Amino acid sequence: MTEPLTAMLVGLGLVFFLAGTLGLIRLPDTFSRLHALTKADNLGLGFIVLGLALQADDWNVLGKLVLIWAFALIAAGTSAQLVARSALRRKSTPSERQAP
Amino acid sequence: MTAVALADIAFDLILCALLLSAALAALSRQPLFGAVIFFIVYGVFAAIAWLRLGATDVALAEAAIGAGLTGVLLLGAMARLDAAAHTEPGFGLAEALTAIAAVGVTLGLGWAFLALPEPGGLQQAVAANLAQSGSENPVTAVLLNFRAWDTLLESIVLLAALIGVWALADDAAWGGRPGLRHHTRPGGVLASFGRVLPPMGLLVGVYLVWAGASQPGGAFQGGTVLAAVWLLVAMAGVVRAPHVSATWLRAALVAGPVVFLAVGLAGVAAGAFLTLPPDHAKALIVTIEVTLTLSIAITLAALVLGPPENAEQAP
Repeated sequence: MTEPLTAMLVGLGLVFFLAGTLGLIRLPDTFSRLHALTKADNLGLGFIVLGLALQADDWNVLGKLVLIWAFALIAAGTSAQLVARSALRRKSTPSERQAP
Repeated sequence: MTAVALADIAFDLILCALLLSAALAALSRQPLFGAVIFFIVYGVFAAIAWLRLGATDVALAEAAIGAGLTGVLLLGAMARLDAAAHTEPGFGLAEALTAIAAVGVTLGLGWAFLALPEPGGLQQAVAANLAQSGSENPVTAVLLNFRAWDTLLESIVLLAALIGVWALADDAAWGGRPGLRHHTRPGGVLASFGRVLPPMGLLVGVYLVWAGASQPGGAFQGGTVLAAVWLLVAMAGVVRAPHVSATWLRAALVAGPVVFLAVGLAGVAAGAFLTLPPDHAKALIVTIEVTLTLSIAITLAALVLGPPENAEQAP
């Protein structure tokens, strides 16, 4: 009964990952690329975890799934800040187009 | 063929293609930064491949050591490379010989695998003797009992590698703290990250070692996670690495191999070197695992931190 809902949520997560990947490849500078990437990490993984959580057998599995999402959020948020700060220091202004 | 089986095959084929292209990119990318990133990506795909093969222990080790720690090690090595040491892209005699050797090893391994009698491997022998091994996880039983010899040598190889890295230190820097000093903004993102994550990292590392008795996990996987915790707090500037001449550091580095060797020598009384008496096997395995985890964690972290770079405040 929950399977269609899982498929829908995981599919939605994949859409965010696809959009994030497209943004990572297509957007012109570090800051907007980071913006695209963090959406994929936060929402994409969030929807996938939500979809998989519906299939979890017990609270143990559910807890691990949520922990995975939480760790990915912390790591992605931190590294995005660090990359952005390093880019800022290199005077990579948002308007400047970087060579691929 | 069912749709699920077809999807499985499609997934595996895509995974193989991704593995090969990540490997090719890691070999051919210039500048080196891209090559290192693709090496890490390759490690992640390899871990997924091991999972697909049902080898969860190997997948954990590949993700933690192959992709994670080795990735950081390579990034650190790259940062130390001189700009002048930039390697010219090209395919010379050395590259050709390396390629031939690598292809030879691959073909040899493939031949050895295909030449195995069916049903392959020693799974049945391991399963038959699992009750006497002192571990419920067949992988741990092989690593710390049936083939403890290999694991003992691995732990000593790690130690030898660290001695090699430390030997690169300048005379003036000897006895100092390993690696460069990391500066972070006080109260910044990295400093907070270095304080928030370690408690959870310690929990995961200890859990992996403990779980290794009956589930996938063990000294190498847990030790790597603990090493990552130390590297994180060092990079976040929360603590500084100890002087390489510190007695406690050296004692912790050799504790695992020493305990392992001692257990092995005690086994001579029971029959042969590294024999674990079935009655005490579990206690001995846990003792070896715990000390080995400590030594592996500190050795791996010290390998990544690198040789001592300055002699300030050497005791």
